[in-house]
Amino acid sequence: MSDSDPQRSARDTILARVREALAVPAPLPHLAHAPAPPAGGLAILPAEAARPWLPDGGDTPEERMRILVDNLGKLRAVVHRVPDLTAAAELVFAVARQRDWKRVAYHDHPLVVPLLAGVPCATHGVDGAAAHGAAAAKDALEACDAGISACEALVSQTGSILVSSATCGGRGLSVVPHVHLVIATADQIVATLADALALVRRRHAGALPSMLSFITGPSRTGDIERILVLGAHGPRELVVVIVG
Amino acid sequence: MIAPHSSPGSHPAPADDDGGHGVAKRRFLRDAAVSAGDEPRRGFIRRALAGYERTRDAQQARFRDYEQARDAASLAKWTAVNHLDELLPRFEAAFTANGGVVHWARDAAEARRIVLDLVHAAGAKAVIKSKCMTSEEIHLNAALEAEGYAVVESDLGEFIQQLRGEPPYHFVFPCMHVRRDEISALFSEHLGSQPTSDPEQLTMIARRHMRRLYVEADVGITGANFLVAETGQISITENEGNARLTAGLPRVHIAIAGIEKVIERVDDLAVLLPMLATAGTGQPLTCYNTLYAGPRRAGECDGPEEMHLVLLDNRRTTLLADAEQRDALHCIRCGACLNVCPIFKNVGGFTYGTTYQGPIGSVITPHLRGLAEWNHLSGASSLCGACSAACPVRIDIHHHLLHNRRNAARTAPDRRERFGHRVFAFVAARPWLFALAGRLGRLTLPLAKRLRPPLLREWLSSRDLPPAPRRSFRSQWRARRGA
Ligand code: SF4
Repeated sequence: MSDSDPQRSARDTILARVREALAVPAPLPHLAHAPAPPAGGLAILPAEAARPWLPDGGDTPEERMRILVDNLGKLRAVVHRVPDLTAAAELVFAVARQRDWKRVAYHDHPLVVPLLAGVPCATHGVDGAAAHGAAAAKDALEACDAGISACEALVSQTGSILVSSATCGGRGLSVVPHVHLVIATADQIVATLADALALVRRRHAGALPSMLSFITGPSRTGDIERILVLGAHGPRELVVVIVG
Repeated sequence: MIAPHSSPGSHPAPADDDGGHGVAKRRFLRDAAVSAGDEPRRGFIRRALAGYERTRDAQQARFRDYEQARDAASLAKWTAVNHLDELLPRFEAAFTANGGVVHWARDAAEARRIVLDLVHAAGAKAVIKSKCMTSEEIHLNAALEAEGYAVVESDLGEFIQQLRGEPPYHFVFPCMHVRRDEISALFSEHLGSQPTSDPEQLTMIARRHMRRLYVEADVGITGANFLVAETGQISITENEGNARLTAGLPRVHIAIAGIEKVIERVDDLAVLLPMLATAGTGQPLTCYNTLYAGPRRAGECDGPEEMHLVLLDNRRTTLLADAEQRDALHCIRCGACLNVCPIFKNVGGFTYGTTYQGPIGSVITPHLRGLAEWNHLSGASSLCGACSAACPVRIDIHHHLLHNRRNAARTAPDRRERFGHRVFAFVAARPWLFALAGRLGRLTLPLAKRLRPPLLREWLSSRDLPPAPRRSFRSQWRARRGA
């Protein structure tokens, strides 16, 4: 109707078209079981309602741990369970030595810093990176063999690791280096995606991090003849160290 | 020089208009005949997709009730699409509060202009892209290259297609039709790599090539799978990590998405993300599912300085206005309907000649680009319903193909077809005439086979007529009942 009116902004035109289009109501989808939504209401099926239908995340901490470890294994991530941070530091030391890491990237975090105490290679802290100039910071990160980060939560249902730009070393640390090592505590395991989303929203109420990323296994592609290859652009290896 | 400039003419020139006059249909018929005759390639596609069905079934079995989960996903999208008038402004306000900038584009030309202006304002030399079907829809690469920008597709499949100078073959698996030896030859030619038949080594060649490009690109362009009205976040689903890098390293992040991508709440993702992964690739969750809320925040150590979102209409509102088929906008572009479609498996992705291939493409393209020119796609279906059965958001795909056929018959009736139906109705209503026509038909059938009259010629070119029965059905029926 008004498409030819150049005075009218694209926004107004599109919204007017949308309103006009929605004047005729659409039939509900053919559902198998679910109840019809309440008339006029927007919110119909909270994720809570869908929980019993989605894959199981476990009801107890033991179940969640078992499902998580099982899922991570299927995704070809490597899981290590250690009793405390000292043991975690020894593990990181051994891996760094064995892989001959030259440089690892990390961020400031009470779980991450203790791991670097005796690590047998150079380290690169990303936190001050912005101050060093963006280009230099990208190059420095790119030159690292591994990135060590904390996480916001571990999701047993899908075997995912939730990282954020606010508390896990920004956007690049978990995806630029070839190896991503995550350090987490057992009480960070939640059952479902919905639980993880609720948790970060509580934690960052009012100011969501600019990036939240569910990482589910090492980077992969099937673009060549649908054959699975790990390490397409992101890390080829994902190592999850769970403390406690 | 940092970019493999895709060879000139690599993507079709910006062509928002289709030429008209049945060109698309003639091209479809010609290409379908060629593809259907290419046995080796068809076998290759079939094998690739058989693997898909196995992993998808295994993944569906992990749901405690997959059918109810489909209901939930379907309702989440239904709610969003039917409240777009409320949700779009809500999303815009929340996204803006997060520090992002929303740009509205009525059509493809407007969207291209917006992106070009943003890229220009950023003083960019190089642009890196992650998979974005809306950018294919608006022919963005050709427009960027025409203005001298080097554009690189970072998704492996899209990169291969860019080097080949072809659009994606399948909107989730862009190069599923290409054999590894062809990819090896392609990389040798463009990147100077050693030939190899190992998919892993081929992937690593592309990975190494791309690394510098992420660091050096000034602008990163991505798509978006969901726009969350409640929080102003955009959600991007990918496997390779290339979208993470594209949205993480360059100074400016531009995302392009259709208006129908809005969902109401962040919680909807708890259902939609697993459904997308399960139906799309048979994974529990795609490797990276990332929510972006604006550019880098104070206190964060990296990330872009600017984030823009282009909201594209491009006739989606035309589809929205059709209440009967509105649910086609629920599509989350998982590609499941292509993977199970017997037509797609036989004619292949390019034959459709559309940005969105397969059953869902056949439903929406007539709305997005005109029913008169694209109705033939509604006929490219056996109406088996495999697509609707596979769809994670319960779109009634195969019925919509019928609806399109009906609408086309209403708006532009085919005179010859109409005349034929009238003659048939006249004959069928008169038993003596029907019997006479049957007898004539039985007698002349062998002759028709030999002479191939013009009316039957096309039909006979790929089919055999059965031998004519000696007696009509009615006389056989009478004889048997008598006995
Ligand atoms: S129509 Fe359904 S099955 Fe096809 S791509 Fe869209 S969501 Fe997937």
